[in-house]
Amino acid sequence: MSQNLLGTARCIFKRDLILAGRKPADVATPLAFFIIVTSLFPLGVGPEPDVLSKLAPGVLWVAALLASMLSLGRMFAGDHADGTLEQLALSPHPLTPLVFTKILAHWATSGLLLVVLSPLLAMQLNLPTHAMGTLVVTLLLGTPVLSLLGSVGAALTLGVRGGGVLLSLLVLPLYTPVLIFGAGAVTASASGLDTKAYFSLLGAFLLLALAFAPWATAAALRISLD
Amino acid sequence: MLQIVNLTCTRGDRALFGRLSFSVQPGELLHIQGANGSGKTTLLRTLCGLSQPADGEIRWKGTSIRQLADDYRNQLCYIGHTNGIQGDLSAAENLQFGTCVGGADSAADIAAALERVGLARAARLPAKLLSQGQKRRLALARLLVAAKPLWILDEPLTALDINFGAVMNERLASHLAAGGLVIITSHQELKVSGRTHKISLDS
Amino acid sequence: MYKYASPKNFYALAGRLIPWLGAVTLLLFIAGLYLGLYVAPPDYQQGDSYRIMFIHVPSAWMSMFVYMMMAGGGLVGLVWNIKLADMLATASAPIGASLTLSALVTGSLWGRPTWGTYWVWDARLTSELILFFLYMGFIALQAAIDDPRRSARAGAVLALVGVVNIPIIHFSVVWWNTLHQPASIGSLGKIVSPSIYPSMLHPLLIMSVAFFLFYFTVLLIRMRGEILARERHTGWVAEIVRATPEIRGTHP
Repeated sequence: MSQNLLGTARCIFKRDLILAGRKPADVATPLAFFIIVTSLFPLGVGPEPDVLSKLAPGVLWVAALLASMLSLGRMFAGDHADGTLEQLALSPHPLTPLVFTKILAHWATSGLLLVVLSPLLAMQLNLPTHAMGTLVVTLLLGTPVLSLLGSVGAALTLGVRGGGVLLSLLVLPLYTPVLIFGAGAVTASASGLDTKAYFSLLGAFLLLALAFAPWATAAALRISLD
Repeated sequence: MLQIVNLTCTRGDRALFGRLSFSVQPGELLHIQGANGSGKTTLLRTLCGLSQPADGEIRWKGTSIRQLADDYRNQLCYIGHTNGIQGDLSAAENLQFGTCVGGADSAADIAAALERVGLARAARLPAKLLSQGQKRRLALARLLVAAKPLWILDEPLTALDINFGAVMNERLASHLAAGGLVIITSHQELKVSGRTHKISLDS
Repeated sequence: MYKYASPKNFYALAGRLIPWLGAVTLLLFIAGLYLGLYVAPPDYQQGDSYRIMFIHVPSAWMSMFVYMMMAGGGLVGLVWNIKLADMLATASAPIGASLTLSALVTGSLWGRPTWGTYWVWDARLTSELILFFLYMGFIALQAAIDDPRRSARAGAVLALVGVVNIPIIHFSVVWWNTLHQPASIGSLGKIVSPSIYPSMLHPLLIMSVAFFLFYFTVLLIRMRGEILARERHTGWVAEIVRATPEIRGTHP
């Protein structure tokens, strides 16, 4: 009996999690970056609690955005180098759902961990406690969008010279809507305003990205392997 | 069964080979020869559907492989010169992942296949500790588990010792005897019993 | 029509069209600038400074339009494997980037008398800035990939992802802008639209057409260069090189 699509997807997901577990440094580096960048801000703008709590939503979101971007490099690069990506492209299953699985595994070992860390850093930046929930929810909705959009850039820059810097140039402009609404929601929540509209919009972005990004990434991978 | 019509491949804007036509039937082995840089790997990748040809068509049972897409990929097993082995996974995990992605049942006898390529004792070692030849054997073990009719092999014999080279020749022969197809590049002389053809990419 | 999809025929056709398109573009520029700078009356609020809109507004419109052309060319190249469409996308990028830069610079110059500073985070300027980054990304990606086919196809995917995102980015920026904008500052978009007189509208329309044709003129010139570069190994290009002493001189 041959393996069905779901079984293969489970294999890929499990493998990527196992690999992340065996190379913890790869997982930890973007997290460390997230912590360091947010800790540098008080040193730059001064420790006044009022200033910090005003800046906190933006700083946390920009730092999360950059940390998530930094982790994009390992999404496909290793598999590209050792030939695993060719095997994926030659799988009898359609590439799009397989790629989606890889993106999901990548998010679980990068974006999700940023979400978990964020309340700690929010306290450091004096974000009002009642905005903490909003921060976590927006990051939970927003970081998958970052991974999904980023995967297209990661696939396009595979094996290209200057890939890392190029990747940031391709991906960061695309991140602006998520940043605007993510940080906007936290700011609104901190000043006691309603955040429903922000959540719906972030949710809509997530749905859009889920619908298009894996497909575009699969196309980009086939181009990069050609 | 596999039919190549007027295939032209380019690298950059340089033509590698042009208007190549041949066909491979069940039970046949095609040995592709040529100097370094003559486009052997490109040809194999094109036959897999990884690279797009500049011109021409590849047909499987009379239908273009672009049309067949996933159905065609289900028929083939490709071992390129990157082995598709992740150093931080064990040999068994690598083989299991490889077969799973290839669409075969992952419960299929991984252990038996490792035994047959002589890696039984290395099954639980991280693959990065394997020697070059052992990695090659591990990659070739996918052929045994996957059970696909069309084998496309890029220099499978490099880094293999003489003993395993002979084993490999036998494997190829039995695959042909069972009605399989093999397309292979190799700088070594192949001693495979069965119907074998050669083409050369050197013009 | 199909005949001109071959690079060789297109090269010849473009060569014949360029002088005519160029001449019409030049005439329209002269007419538009004359009407805009001399005939149109000064604005009762902004005096003469509003006249920069005759450059700024068409630049901003065209910067969006050229990105669409780029994505459209990319799509056609990707799906139907037509080389000319790929070349159209590649050749459009630097033109689009320049137009975006022109919109940014003129917008910022206009900002000085209007807002008293060269840069405010106005919705249109911010959108243009992000669009400029998108152009830079496209150009950098294509430049980083040596293989011409992979470069064209990778660029096409990026342009398509960009074109889906541009409306979302624009909408987000407008939302963000209305939230954060102090009430006293009117955006550039608002200044242009409501109170426009026919004497101001006519030069604006003429300038827009001029920019439009300018794009196509430069596009054809760039595509001709692109064709020569990509087809340099073919016989007909060798023929052109042999017949053109200036080129032959530089390549002994």
